[in-house]
Amino acid sequence: MTETAPRLEPSGPLVVQARPAGFVVDLFSVAQRAVRQIPREPASVIPALIVPIFFYVLNIGALSKVTGAAAHIDFKSFELPVAVVFAVTGVSRASSLVTDIQNGYFDRLTITPVRRLPLLLGLMMADLALVMALAVPVLLVGLALGVHFRTGVPGMVVFVVLCGVWGLVFTGLPYAIALKTGNPGAVNASFVLFFPITFLSTTFVPKPALQGWLGTVATYNPMTYILAGLRALVSAGWTVPTATAVGDAVLAVAAFGLVSLSLALLALRGRVRRR
Amino acid sequence: MHGGADAAGSLGCSMQTPAIETRDLARHFGDVFAVDGVDLSIAPGEIYGFLGPNGAGKSTLVRMLCTLLRPSRGRAAVAGHDVARHPELVRLQIGVALQDAALDDRQTGRELLDLQARLYGLRRHERLARVEQVLGLVDIGSAIDRQIATYSGGMKRRLDLAAALIHDPHILFLDEPTTGLDPESRAAVWAEVRTLRAEHGTTIFLTTQYLEEADELADRVGILSRGRLVAEGTPEALKRTVGTDVIVATVTELSPPTLDALRALDGVQEVVAHRHELMVHADDGAAVMSPVAIALHGSGATVRSLTLRTPTLDDVFLELTGSHLGADAEADDEGAA
Repeated sequence: MTETAPRLEPSGPLVVQARPAGFVVDLFSVAQRAVRQIPREPASVIPALIVPIFFYVLNIGALSKVTGAAAHIDFKSFELPVAVVFAVTGVSRASSLVTDIQNGYFDRLTITPVRRLPLLLGLMMADLALVMALAVPVLLVGLALGVHFRTGVPGMVVFVVLCGVWGLVFTGLPYAIALKTGNPGAVNASFVLFFPITFLSTTFVPKPALQGWLGTVATYNPMTYILAGLRALVSAGWTVPTATAVGDAVLAVAAFGLVSLSLALLALRGRVRRR
Repeated sequence: MHGGADAAGSLGCSMQTPAIETRDLARHFGDVFAVDGVDLSIAPGEIYGFLGPNGAGKSTLVRMLCTLLRPSRGRAAVAGHDVARHPELVRLQIGVALQDAALDDRQTGRELLDLQARLYGLRRHERLARVEQVLGLVDIGSAIDRQIATYSGGMKRRLDLAAALIHDPHILFLDEPTTGLDPESRAAVWAEVRTLRAEHGTTIFLTTQYLEEADELADRVGILSRGRLVAEGTPEALKRTVGTDVIVATVTELSPPTLDALRALDGVQEVVAHRHELMVHADDGAAVMSPVAIALHGSGATVRSLTLRTPTLDDVFLELTGSHLGADAEADDEGAA
């Protein structure tokens, strides 16, 4: 503690009046607690950073010559968005939320005058800060390995923000499961959603190279458009096609977010409704 | 210290709005009624002990009064506000320590208290002052700046109580506050409860499965069995309902002259013999203890032990429900909740 408590009234102890704190105070209070927890649980963060960098280096080492030559692409630049998306997808405080539900701390919070929405949005704010912080070192690894970012620093900022917002909207799924079930096993299992969304897409090869059912699935997978937008920022420079690709990526993130966040909000409503 | 309760939403008219009032309050889970038609009226500043075994419905009742569960039937008002219609007003008036200390192990005690105070709308100087005040009440010491994961069970209970008090609530709900605690920690919680009422006038609704706890702390006791309030009154009044003091004598051999000698004593109401045990019922057990000892000796009985026992709340529970406290756990209301 850095501040000394004020002197109390000579006539007796300080009298306080409980009152609703307001939406903004609720939001930042919940978010601050969530952010504070992050460095205290390094095991939940470090793999999210190490694993994407490991696979990025592995993939460009193993597939760069084959895929790069066949598709006439710079595979290091092509794969960098995949590595960053890996880092930011599925990182959330949903497991902590389940712990709160199970040990009664969530009930303790709901007995206070706190508004219900900040109980979820505060966690998401912390997630957004974390996934953007995770995106930066992976991006720096790419630059260190020789990726030339053609849209420059402004493009990097858009890149990180887009990845961060994608990571944020993806958290809607584990939060929905956490709030609906209160079950840590179910939340951990939600990670399997990561695989079809991430791999049934243009993860390793460009869209024209995807044939048959995989090409069809990729067409309807928002990840295809997100990767296309991110790749355009890396490789194409500030052009009209880049702006179009980034616009499509934003729409894909928004569409996914509409579904995932709606599910999370419905689950929150069900959880805090007095049954 | 606390202001009067708003009468809006009160279930009845009285000179003083009850701190807690329920009428026909019930809650069922499927076909099982965890709480079934409970009527309560608890005055401001009262310590009310809710006694019952696991599964009697205590926690379900507390969760309804704390706005965590919606009643299936009946009504309840806390601090004058209907829990179903105005839960947000109820929440401003109550502090709650639920059955298991509901804490976040990854925060320090101070961080947890500060967050709790923020959510109750306290300003920075108020938060700093209140944290120091509640820490003066519940002794956690320098551990307040350590992560809660390092706390003992007793320290977690005390921090839980501090969190419940951070906004200076008018009404405090303590759901089995000493379950699982060692005797020293239990005594500390009892002292804190007494201090709260004495110095702050806080109304305290306490559930417990410990007879001694209800007897020691509560002004009035309600006994809950299978979701129903089967008795209510001061501990002394409840114990009086089951009758007299009992002198229990264990002898080597029972003989008719011994029984006759005991029955002839003034003040003895009844003598019941069972194998080597004699139970002598008397209105004032202490007064007839010596005559009983002399009569036993005079009749030639060899006495192994002689004890005076006053009625306990367990006797009351046995009288009302036909079973001892602790043997009545059919309905698992906590699980259902």
